[in-house]
Amino acid sequence: MHIFANPARFLKIARPLTGWLGWSGALLTLAALAAGLFASPRDYLQGESVRIMYVHVPAAWLGMAGWTGIAVASAMQLVWRHPLAAVAARAIAVPGAVFAALCLVTGSLWGRPTWGTYWEWDGRMTSMLVLLFLYLGFIALGEADRDRGGEGRVVAIFGLVGAINLPVIHYSVVWWNTLHQGQSVSFLRGTSSIAAPMLWPLLASALGFTLLFGAVVLMRMRAELARAKAEARLRRMANE
Amino acid sequence: MNHWPFILAAYGLTGAGTLALVSLSWLEMRCAERLADRIGRDE
Repeated sequence: MHIFANPARFLKIARPLTGWLGWSGALLTLAALAAGLFASPRDYLQGESVRIMYVHVPAAWLGMAGWTGIAVASAMQLVWRHPLAAVAARAIAVPGAVFAALCLVTGSLWGRPTWGTYWEWDGRMTSMLVLLFLYLGFIALGEADRDRGGEGRVVAIFGLVGAINLPVIHYSVVWWNTLHQGQSVSFLRGTSSIAAPMLWPLLASALGFTLLFGAVVLMRMRAELARAKAEARLRRMANE
Repeated sequence: MNHWPFILAAYGLTGAGTLALVSLSWLEMRCAERLADRIGRDE
């Protein structure tokens, strides 16, 4: 990771990578969602509503993966003072918040025909809502810190402390008797309780959305670096 | 209960949200990079 700490070196890699991630992510997501809507079978218990899984699960994964990225970037900022770490954390926050919100909304839309309710204050849903509030707090704190010309240390500490919610979300279905179903796919154990015709579109959709998320993060990082470059040049011109 | 209105709403909201996120991020990046290039040429 240290080799990407140099903004010039980072931009050299990020410029071509943004397009590749964006276009491959868009194509894969469209194909996976089409397969999820029209080609995958209906569930024997849930019926057609299971198709919401192809948008809900990737949104949940990205909401959680986003904050994992923020926590890693925050740790790198606090320990190694990487110049790009704070930029990366701020760039992840908005897409992370969008996907956390989409996870809650699509979950709610899935819950109504499946459970008979849009919302229940159970462990998984409540901890996911807390994650959305953490994202909003991180964004607000980041903006306030930047306006005051801070170094972003408080924001980084918030990013690190907020990661305590991630295991709570993950294990909520194990720790508490929740309405939300348990874990269906485990990458660590290499097991899945989902049938292959449903699993493949789900994995493709998760990968597609992840590539798009990566492209968005790179775009936001490039925008922030360009703004910093423009501001530095304007300051230099004003001093001449 | 007909499930399709819920499915279409979930797909529609996810599609619209993702599209808005990608478009706005791209626009922000293009504007910032163009501005930085323009100031760089003027300097």
